[in-house]
Amino acid sequence: MSDEERQPSRTRVPMPVAALSDPHMGDAAKHPARVEKIIAVIFLLAIVFLALFGAAYWQNWRAWELGGTIGVGLFLLGFGLTAWGKYLMPQGPFVEERHTLASTSEERDSMAAALVERSAVVVKRRKMLGGLFALGAGIFGIVAVFPLLRSLGPLPGDSLDVTDWRKGTVLVDSSGRPVRKDTLVVGGIMTVYPQGTVNPQTGFITDRGQAVDQTVLIRVSDQPLVPPTMPGREDWTPDGYVAYSKLCTHLGCPVGLYEQELELLVCPCHQSMFNVRNGAVPQFGPAPRPLPQMHLGYNEQGYLIAMAPYDQAVGPGFYERTT
Amino acid sequence: MSATAATTKRSAKAAMGPFGQVGKIVDELDDRLGVAKGGRVFLDKIFPDHWSFMLGEISLYSFVVLLATGIFLSLYFVPSTQQVIYHGSYRPLDGQWVSEAFKSTVSISFDVRGGLLVRQMHHWGADIFTGSIIVHMARIFFTGAFRKPRELNWIIGTTMLILAILEGFIGYSLPDDLISGTGLRIGYSIAESIPFVGSYLVTFLWGGQFPGTGIIIPRFFIIHVLIIPLVLLGLVSVHLGLLVRQKHTQFAGEGRTEHNVVGSPMFPTFMAKTTGFLFMVTAATALLGAFVQINPIWQFGSYDASKISYAVQPDWYMGWLDGALRIMPSWEFAGWGHTIPFEVLLPAVVFPGLIFTIALMWPALERKVTGDDELHNLLDRPRDRPKRTAAGAAMFALLFTLFGASSTDVLANFFHISLNEVLWFFRIAVIVIPIVAGLVTYQLCREMQGVHGIGKRKRPVIVQRSVQGEYTTVPTPPRPDDMHTELDPEPVPVRIDIEPLSNGGTGEPESSPTGVRQVTR
Repeated sequence: MSDEERQPSRTRVPMPVAALSDPHMGDAAKHPARVEKIIAVIFLLAIVFLALFGAAYWQNWRAWELGGTIGVGLFLLGFGLTAWGKYLMPQGPFVEERHTLASTSEERDSMAAALVERSAVVVKRRKMLGGLFALGAGIFGIVAVFPLLRSLGPLPGDSLDVTDWRKGTVLVDSSGRPVRKDTLVVGGIMTVYPQGTVNPQTGFITDRGQAVDQTVLIRVSDQPLVPPTMPGREDWTPDGYVAYSKLCTHLGCPVGLYEQELELLVCPCHQSMFNVRNGAVPQFGPAPRPLPQMHLGYNEQGYLIAMAPYDQAVGPGFYERTT
Repeated sequence: MSATAATTKRSAKAAMGPFGQVGKIVDELDDRLGVAKGGRVFLDKIFPDHWSFMLGEISLYSFVVLLATGIFLSLYFVPSTQQVIYHGSYRPLDGQWVSEAFKSTVSISFDVRGGLLVRQMHHWGADIFTGSIIVHMARIFFTGAFRKPRELNWIIGTTMLILAILEGFIGYSLPDDLISGTGLRIGYSIAESIPFVGSYLVTFLWGGQFPGTGIIIPRFFIIHVLIIPLVLLGLVSVHLGLLVRQKHTQFAGEGRTEHNVVGSPMFPTFMAKTTGFLFMVTAATALLGAFVQINPIWQFGSYDASKISYAVQPDWYMGWLDGALRIMPSWEFAGWGHTIPFEVLLPAVVFPGLIFTIALMWPALERKVTGDDELHNLLDRPRDRPKRTAAGAAMFALLFTLFGASSTDVLANFFHISLNEVLWFFRIAVIVIPIVAGLVTYQLCREMQGVHGIGKRKRPVIVQRSVQGEYTTVPTPPRPDDMHTELDPEPVPVRIDIEPLSNGGTGEPESSPTGVRQVTR
């Protein structure tokens, strides 16, 4: 290769840059030397802390020691750099012209003209092709939604209306033990599930049992309630046991707090309150409906059972819900 | 021998041109990509110096922190609700059945080195991310920076806020602990409340009635780590691209017009400041993660739909919705074989929909009302637009009141007053406080408009009485510490308007004229 070819392909243009003596390029700080020293100290401290983080990690120290060292180190590093930029770098003020982004009127018209007139070629000359293509694309758009949406999960059907409680289902506690007449003393409360919802692997109630079937059982008295929780429910509360779906009718949180003296079930999420003696009609809060009550009874072995499934969907409202 | 080598080195250096290795790299890049012209313009880009322009940077940098910490967490997290027995360093949970998502989150916290720190940084980062977006948005709103030509960037920003809130909620649900599971249950019920489509929506998403078939955590995981971050990343790029193309807004001031930007240059000043700020935001997140515990899921336990904890509250950016749900009266409609749960639908679906629609439409609405079709690059002082400022203040007052309403139970407990009184206080406050805040703000703005030299130090006035008995007032001369010198803004030294020099390249650099002027504050 000859020397000529080695030369850069263009001539170097001496490029005027701002002279460092220009006041705009000067430091903002009044005492640059002092600021420089301070920033140097900050950087040194940052180095120490960042190295300390390395040591902390190496020695597997606790989380706050890891976070403390890297936090302080990084903060000092960033603070020093920002201070350097703020006090010891060209502050200007510099000005930049704002060039208008808009095109000329001719350029705009030329774009609009191309769009309008060329699409006229498509639409006017080949109307049928255009229509067919639009139809095809539209159909694709619609049918493509099916697998995207429909494959996600099953249709609701009546799955939102039913629980696993049947006529005669035995009430069991969270480890599957059936409930008897003497399981609770007066004032006692427990959460019960339908027998058969125990996960054989873990020995606990299944996720579905916990989420859908959970029912709160309270012994309010040692006699059937008089007056009944609601007219027509005279025999629903044997030995003072009452049972309600534990799903709040507001948003489905478990109604997990029981105010024993007031005999109120309270939902900790949004403070809906239900009086257990009067059919769990909401006394307070945003819940719109009473908790569905369970018709209780005993089977031959003396276990508490559901005499019927819940007479309505449990939990919060939805459009298909009927009552 | 060595002399020859030195000569060769020197000649090689000379051949490289006056800018050495850097010049060479610029040459090579420019040959292929043509970066020099735009690159120089970029280095000269001017950033206005005002503290409020840093708010958006917090959002950007906390997003960076979230990406980095999120990548770390995704290497250890197992998105599954499969039940397993926990055996790990957290003794109280040993031998218990927990979900795999919960187990892996506990093990990130106790068994992965640095895991607890990163997990807490990620959670704090999410809170900072949403918070800084809202504060940044408030700055844009109150100064009118969303006006033409920047409406599109306002819409992109608002969309990012919605996505950030959604992303935060989904991420909060992933560990499958008791608190987040309750939040997920509430989210399910809210979706279920939508007429016509609600039941389909939830059975499709959850794979059946709550808690579904264990599909929701894996689905949320991929939405949380891939889909929403990808969309956010794209929107962030467009957001910043538009900002560069349309250039920054700026407050009015001496030398600042609709047709220029005054401030400090991208390189090196702004780059140093903003890189330092990136470090500081990361550091703040690390310090919060180190010293302020957040979401200790091992204390809550794995999710069990029949268990619940007292004083359940979502992350702060969901608080306004929780508050709205609490104070809403129980107005369910039931009839004709159907149920419309307005007590859920109105506060949790219609209300946020309305708020975000107003936010998205605001630039168009304001333009319609004012009939202002001009391009705006100078910002408003909030007091100069009393109606807009009052509307914004009322909106924030509404949201803050609802946020307060999300802790009715805690407030009632704390002040030993009845829950009913607290509830009714908030039901009234949520109407009264925004109206009062709006009216007071409007009046304050009008008052401030009438005050001259607001924010400046008042100069005493000398009252003189002439011999005839006539009173005159003369302002005192400014104090020495009110005086300072300020440079005239000038173009970033030399733009890149290359006209080949005819004299073979020996032109002198043009020195830029500088004016030093005396300014009185």
